[in-house]
Amino acid sequence: MDIKKLTITEAHKLLMDKKMSVLELAEAVLKEAEGTRDLNAYLEIFDDVKVQAARAQKMFDEGKATVLTGIPLAMKDNILIKGKIASASSKMLEHYVATYDAGVTKKLRDMGAIFLGRTNMDEFAMGGSTENSAFGVTKNPHDKTRVPGGSSGGSASALAAGAALGALGSDTGGSIRQPAAFCGVVGLKPTYGSVSRSGLMAMASSLDQIGPFAKTVEDAQILFDAIKGHDPLDSTSVADKTLAQGGKKPKVIGVPVDFVRAKGVDPRVLKNFDQSIAHMKKAGYEVKEISLPSLAHGLAVYYILMPAEVSSNLARFDGVRYGYHADGANLTDDYARTRGEGFGREVRRRILLGTYVLSSGYYDSYYGRANAVREMLQKELAHAFESVDIIATPTTPTPAFKIGEKSSDPLQMYLADIFTVPVNIAGVPAISVPSGFVEEGGAKLPLGIQFIAPHFREDALFAIGRDFEKARV
Amino acid sequence: MAIEIKDIEHLAGLARISVSADEQKKFRDDLEGILEYVSHIKEATAELGEPTAGELRNVLRDDVEPHASGMFTEDILSAAPERRDNRILVKKIL
Repeated sequence: MDIKKLTITEAHKLLMDKKMSVLELAEAVLKEAEGTRDLNAYLEIFDDVKVQAARAQKMFDEGKATVLTGIPLAMKDNILIKGKIASASSKMLEHYVATYDAGVTKKLRDMGAIFLGRTNMDEFAMGGSTENSAFGVTKNPHDKTRVPGGSSGGSASALAAGAALGALGSDTGGSIRQPAAFCGVVGLKPTYGSVSRSGLMAMASSLDQIGPFAKTVEDAQILFDAIKGHDPLDSTSVADKTLAQGGKKPKVIGVPVDFVRAKGVDPRVLKNFDQSIAHMKKAGYEVKEISLPSLAHGLAVYYILMPAEVSSNLARFDGVRYGYHADGANLTDDYARTRGEGFGREVRRRILLGTYVLSSGYYDSYYGRANAVREMLQKELAHAFESVDIIATPTTPTPAFKIGEKSSDPLQMYLADIFTVPVNIAGVPAISVPSGFVEEGGAKLPLGIQFIAPHFREDALFAIGRDFEKARV
Repeated sequence: MAIEIKDIEHLAGLARISVSADEQKKFRDDLEGILEYVSHIKEATAELGEPTAGELRNVLRDDVEPHASGMFTEDILSAAPERRDNRILVKKIL
């Protein structure tokens, strides 16, 4: 058995049939994690995996096992697990120990899932390459000179390396889908409000959403079903009856041609995308060209709204109540030094940018305008979904780039999110599914296709995702 | 979109972040580039009206069923950089 390719569904069957114990499974996956330490995907492997495994085994022995009982998972370092460090890959929270479980952590714990460790990320989830971590860059298992994407790069890299059977990340502008595409795994950004954000460190609260990484669409669905649901501790979490919707199987795919063929998209990505669409036609889907002009403004809207929310959310790090503290001449100086030393460059850049767009005299022309365009984008998407069931784009404009290639030019880095950000702005769900490879320098670099569905139609994403997996074989 | 060093100083002051002189220059250049990029939405959307308020609303729970007093005190205080007994220590502000 190849543990690297083992899915959650297959592992569950092995555990049910007693072909393997929970501890044997956990140790086999831990061995992969040990063997791939050079990727720097995990910031920490937890020391209580054996205890967790014994608890999960007991659930099997007592006939109380769920589909996730005993399944070893990796958690992004901005999702709280009570009693464990949660650093968000920042010096600010290097030694911070979570005092409570995130909503998703509690759900997974109750189902008997095993938390193997916490994964590396861009500091406070700000970045698209994991190069902004205070604890070193994570490498892409397909080519160690390249980035795994970000911000959830550690989760994607660990999963692709076989060092977990599934993983959680968070997606504010593409931070699950983009690394999933770069690392050749499935990544889901659920509908805003469908998964509790309680215990997820806030970056941009109107855009943040927790979601799963998985080896297959089926596994992604298992993880999503496990973590979704209303949580009274998250005021933006929606009622379960809203989530329970669902509907007819998708048939019509819309392709926003002008947007997909925009300047700067790698021709190899476009070729792969055209092949993917051809596969779907063969599988019986109807494909329509659609026009969504406001998508072109998505990135600009994002780089106004997101830093505005960042500057406000990160005001809480003051060196007084928890986290890093630097001593200054007076209290104001304490704040400035704590935040100047505790935050990395990208985080400070975004706080300054957010402070600018929210400041008196600029608020209307930036933040106000961006909100107007956000509304226009939402309306345009809603209109498009009257004539198509799914919208498809490439997940990323290029395959994984080299470590260091874009780290000195923030705007170039931001452009890597061009296809993913409009989804967060509209609050709709989207999934990235592996769509093939391009060869470069002797390495095979994965690509992904992004399917976008209307609000609360994750069922449509799973249906088309499974069809796509079959059509590609 | 010209950003001056003094603008960066002002923003850093508002955001309570110390920024070294070297970094002020770097941030000025970065912000200029990013603001130029995002400014396109101003022209591209000149015909748009003001945004409507949407469906945003406050979500509040009833102020009932408090947890037992002191249940989380030690967990939370133990995370503070400086404490004395059941208090967090900060510098005098008066």
